[in-house]
Amino acid sequence: MAVDVLHKVPVREQDPKVRATNFEEVCYGYNEEEARAEAQRCIDCKKPQCVIGCPVSIDIPGFIREVKAGNYEEAAKVIGLSSALPAICGRVCPQETQCEGKCIRGIKGEPVSIGKLERFVADWSHANNIVPAVKGEPNGKKVAVVGAGPAGLTCAGDLAKLGYDVTIFEALHQPGGVLVYGIPEFRLPKEKVVAKEVELVKNLGVKINCNVIIGKSITIDQLFEEEGFDAVFVGSGAGLPKFMGIPGENANGVFSANEYLTRNNLMKAFKDYDTPIMRAKKVVVVGGGNVAMDAARTALRLGAETHIVYRRSEAELPARVEEVHHAKEEGVIFDLLQNPVEILTDDNDNVRGIKLIKMELGEPDASGRRRPVEIPGSEYEIECDAVIMSLGTSPNPLISNTTKGLEVNKHRCLIAEEETGKTTKEGVYAGGDAVTGAATVILAMEAGKKGAKGIHEYLSNK
Amino acid sequence: MYQILEAEMLADKIYKMVVEAPFVARSCQPGEFLITKLDDRGERIPLTICDFDREKGTVTIIFQVVGASTYRMAELKAGDAFEDVVGPLGNPSDFVKEPIEEVKKRRYCFIAGGVGAAPVYPQVKWFKEHGIDCDVILGTRTKTTLIMEEELKEVAANLYVCTDDGSYGHPGNVTVMLKELVENQKKQYDIVVAIGPMIMMKFVCLATKEYNIPTIVSMNPIMVDGTGMCGACRLQVGDETKFACVDGPEFDGHLIDWSLAMKRMNTYKTEEGRAMLKAQEGDTHHGGCGNCGGDR
Repeated sequence: MAVDVLHKVPVREQDPKVRATNFEEVCYGYNEEEARAEAQRCIDCKKPQCVIGCPVSIDIPGFIREVKAGNYEEAAKVIGLSSALPAICGRVCPQETQCEGKCIRGIKGEPVSIGKLERFVADWSHANNIVPAVKGEPNGKKVAVVGAGPAGLTCAGDLAKLGYDVTIFEALHQPGGVLVYGIPEFRLPKEKVVAKEVELVKNLGVKINCNVIIGKSITIDQLFEEEGFDAVFVGSGAGLPKFMGIPGENANGVFSANEYLTRNNLMKAFKDYDTPIMRAKKVVVVGGGNVAMDAARTALRLGAETHIVYRRSEAELPARVEEVHHAKEEGVIFDLLQNPVEILTDDNDNVRGIKLIKMELGEPDASGRRRPVEIPGSEYEIECDAVIMSLGTSPNPLISNTTKGLEVNKHRCLIAEEETGKTTKEGVYAGGDAVTGAATVILAMEAGKKGAKGIHEYLSNK
Repeated sequence: MYQILEAEMLADKIYKMVVEAPFVARSCQPGEFLITKLDDRGERIPLTICDFDREKGTVTIIFQVVGASTYRMAELKAGDAFEDVVGPLGNPSDFVKEPIEEVKKRRYCFIAGGVGAAPVYPQVKWFKEHGIDCDVILGTRTKTTLIMEEELKEVAANLYVCTDDGSYGHPGNVTVMLKELVENQKKQYDIVVAIGPMIMMKFVCLATKEYNIPTIVSMNPIMVDGTGMCGACRLQVGDETKFACVDGPEFDGHLIDWSLAMKRMNTYKTEEGRAMLKAQEGDTHHGGCGNCGGDR
């Protein structure tokens, strides 16, 4: 296969028109030939910037070197040293702002397709039943992990490799957290990818107890006092969905993105399962992040004409570039520089439309992005029968309310040291969305790794 | 898996089960609820905890068949199992958290409507265990849908049973019964706790508002995860939006926007109906649900 130094080897995808009607994975990923060709594009920098861009510091040139040589098992082992969830990260990481954003190739032309190569290695290793990591010699110490999402799974995996006896407590009926309830099947297959990577964490000796809500079924203090745990990592994730506080928001047909996606992804409403989901004709999704894209593309697949309403312009969309691109290809309509002011309802409190106001960009705000400003008198109405609010989340109060000495900041996020995850309560570490507010899978994994390191230091010196 | 130890039909479409769920049984309190999921395909069904045995690690649930999943749940027998049971969820009733001397000063009247008898029972039992007398009104549509009469009689100081159609006990609904007690029998209550169908709770609240009696209700809106993640269970309480799963399920009934709460229950009426028809008819289903087109 010829190598074009300026461009990535194109990745095969399902045809947009076809995939807009199904929940099969959009991207097919590289095959062996494509992966080896793409790997040739890596110039194996002496001071690899991509590694600096990676939150979990995967030895990227190291694994790509193995791909070039066709040693995929070795490549998997190199990744396995830093990441427990490569098939997931290869699919959902915002590579353009991380590893690929720093790639030297990107200065003149396109960066190396690091995400797709990671995915190739991980998928190959799943297909060939490679077990990249081994569990450590038992050291007799017990650690509880709260939440089986990306932070918790990573933390648990790292601790198990160090020989800890790790138990994860998960509130939902399935492990995975946002990987199973939030991110849709067409972007992250549940059986083929998530379940397999969870299985690898279990193979390290990690026990996963589903249907246990820490703070309710059992408290953190009880985990220490009654269950004999030596340390606890809290990776309980994001919490309550945010709403705008505009009139009509509690009407029938207004959903949080969390609810809509949970019904579809975790409860599999798109299949012939018992949990219902509203089959709307025209859906307005409010927000511009990855979750908004997921909700919009889900609504589209469930048969609706789907609009994204976002108050800034395309350049400010916080979603991954690939998600925006895919959403557009599939037919999601972007109504940018507009903001909802009211949700319109009929006599039965069903959504019948939404009133929007046009916006323009003003001076940059604290986040450095230009502040959207309303254009007076520009309100107008559009018809729709469902509105999905995708505005982020605020932390779940269950754990902070029931754990003495565990302090939260003014946003009600758990206070934790960035490098170790150490909280204000002895023996309790935390990371992921519970600490930072809504962020990405890979940042949660980074926090899980740091938490594992923090716990290891704490318990080694105790 | 969560083993079902006992299963019985209490009345038409109303079932009682004793289920092994040690994590729920070890910490649950009156006022809290749990979620069951029958199998892979099942919905997450929020149910009130009717009773619990901390030593045996079991909980008692009572449910009414309303949708596809509860229809399938009703078929379960002792020896079968739920794939998932999680809890306790929500907050314990206020009186559990208050100083007992304060609670003892007040005269409570519990009002249970229909399956609402199930969540009322552990609350009244708690009062009995703490040596506090309270009155209970138990109302239902007709004699054959009455449940928990014996159990409530054992724990209540006074139990007043009423049926809408007058087929058993006092004739009339629970609001009529309350009126009789307050206006004619001159009963004095400091707090009313009303649990049952939303329409019943709404009318109890209208009455108690007139009598100026603070009223607690237990809300059972549509839920998905039940842990504060999805926001499906939101309610308008005073001028705030609250989530029943993490802020409730018990609220000041005089602050609830009942009209909105009841309309929200209709969100999935057609979808639920379709799923239910399919579940009931199984392989013989060939149209009529308005969805599959089998009858067109």
